[in-house]
Amino acid sequence: MRKTNKKGPIQTATKGDLVQIHKVILTPEQRPEGLPESTKAVPYEAWIKGFLLDEKAKVGDTVRIETFIGRELSGTLVEVNPIYDHNFGKPRQELLRIGMEVKKQIKREGKPSHE
Amino acid sequence: MNRDVSYSLVMSRKKESMKNSMGLNYQQFDISPIAFDYEGLMNSGGYSVSEVQKIQLETGVGNTPLVELKNITELARSISAPGKGARIFVKDEKACPSGSFKDRRASLSVYHAARLGYEGVVAATSGNYGAAVASQAAKYGLKAIILQEVYDSRKVGQPEILEKTRACEAYGAEVWQLTVGPELFYIMLLILEETGFFTASLYIPTAIMGIETLGYELAQQVKEREGRFPDMVLIAHAGGGNVTGTARGLQKAGSHETVVVGASVDLRGLHMASDHDFNRKSFTTAHSGFGFPFLTMPDRTDVPRNAARALRYLDRYVLVSQGEVFYVTELLAKLEGLERGPAGNTSLAAAIPLAKELDRDQILVVQETEYTAAGKLPSSQLTFAEENGVIVKRGDPGENVPGKVIVIPERAEQIQAENVNLDKIRQSYIKNVVEAAKGYRPTEADIRFMAEDSKSSIEFVRKTLRDLAIEVAA
Repeated sequence: MRKTNKKGPIQTATKGDLVQIHKVILTPEQRPEGLPESTKAVPYEAWIKGFLLDEKAKVGDTVRIETFIGRELSGTLVEVNPIYDHNFGKPRQELLRIGMEVKKQIKREGKPSHE
Repeated sequence: MNRDVSYSLVMSRKKESMKNSMGLNYQQFDISPIAFDYEGLMNSGGYSVSEVQKIQLETGVGNTPLVELKNITELARSISAPGKGARIFVKDEKACPSGSFKDRRASLSVYHAARLGYEGVVAATSGNYGAAVASQAAKYGLKAIILQEVYDSRKVGQPEILEKTRACEAYGAEVWQLTVGPELFYIMLLILEETGFFTASLYIPTAIMGIETLGYELAQQVKEREGRFPDMVLIAHAGGGNVTGTARGLQKAGSHETVVVGASVDLRGLHMASDHDFNRKSFTTAHSGFGFPFLTMPDRTDVPRNAARALRYLDRYVLVSQGEVFYVTELLAKLEGLERGPAGNTSLAAAIPLAKELDRDQILVVQETEYTAAGKLPSSQLTFAEENGVIVKRGDPGENVPGKVIVIPERAEQIQAENVNLDKIRQSYIKNVVEAAKGYRPTEADIRFMAEDSKSSIEFVRKTLRDLAIEVAA
């Protein structure tokens, strides 16, 4: 799921690096009753970014971070220099011609289209 | 102090935690297990519309342009009966600092938190509200923690929410990206206990008062330009704050005859707390999954009494499909030169069918737009939908199936606004309110309250209670 940079994912971090940590907040057993089955079957998890406070760490280590507001949190190091990888998506045929279609329709002003 | 942080214990401290984190005692507004003094709650902050406007002006919130959508109006007229096709205007809320009307919602709460001396604010939201809180916190020098429901258990997240994570972090917030589940509230309580921050809930009075300026402003803009108030205002409806604040603002401006219409994206059938369904929807807000429960159970939220009470203000409630919203997002860009985010165009989708019902000289206002970016685009959201097994095609939007098929209309005349029966919603509301009061028998005062709170009548409430075989206090 995670993207990597050109050289593959960075596995180690030193103090001050931007990292992402992972925490299991509640195991499936600790989750409340009444959840949909697919939700109750999995843990409740969190990811938070911040600057590494430990001198050195590698992915999978339990580490401490300083968040963007200066709070100290701990968790499992999952990514070093995490990137935002959401994008503009692929061009969509379903959308591309909409503008041209309606412009034609407006030109035939007043007449309903019966294509 | 080392407190027990187990789920049940943290949840049991809910009342105390929330009270500490809001500087507001809700009990003073209680009248009975059913009724409370809504206006008293709304006035508790002590801010008038003009004071809110002044506060918002300080951080550049509000005063957004009102733009007439002449080409979309022309398109609507080309498919309307002779003499029909109202003028369509849009309030370009993208012009707010973080790019949506949510800046209004956040501004007064964050100002209030700073005034009360809190060090920071916490908000649980996957929507634009997070960026708004973070942006306002930056302005006031407060710290912000934003809790977002982002990922399913595969760590796959909707592009739109991932963009909001980015935006919140860009404004300097600490962001918790969480998996699907209502335990978001548990984390919020836990963090409030740890930090002593202010809870910038979407449902506190200051959040709604901040939106009143939107309705007020648009009524004044239309009046100044056209010499009359708008005939209809279309508002995207989810948690109820947008409808409530806007409608209250319209009233405060004197625009009493304006028809208030709520619009949500139809996601009926998808379970909002389901890990499996989570990524089968392309809309993360302004959809029926929030729209219905917040009308029928307004107080089932993170505060004792929800200040967002859309049922009090709605004259009409309509549903549109995801494909229809993507279609009008294209129209707005290609015909009007406004490239905006799809979620903010939910009520725009309803504008075309509703304009067809009105006369040509009538004025219909779509009261928001939102910013757009990577992730918040029809192309990225449709790509994601397809990757998650949803079929995307063009055709008759009537074939739309939430979570399974997204149908992009082939022609504007295919766009429909499906009317929701508000009386049914009102009946559910009355049933839920009485049930929540657990065995308490409604009095005359409660009946009056429920009539006001559901924009119905005393007769309607009485009949509903009779139909439900609920006994009334003698």
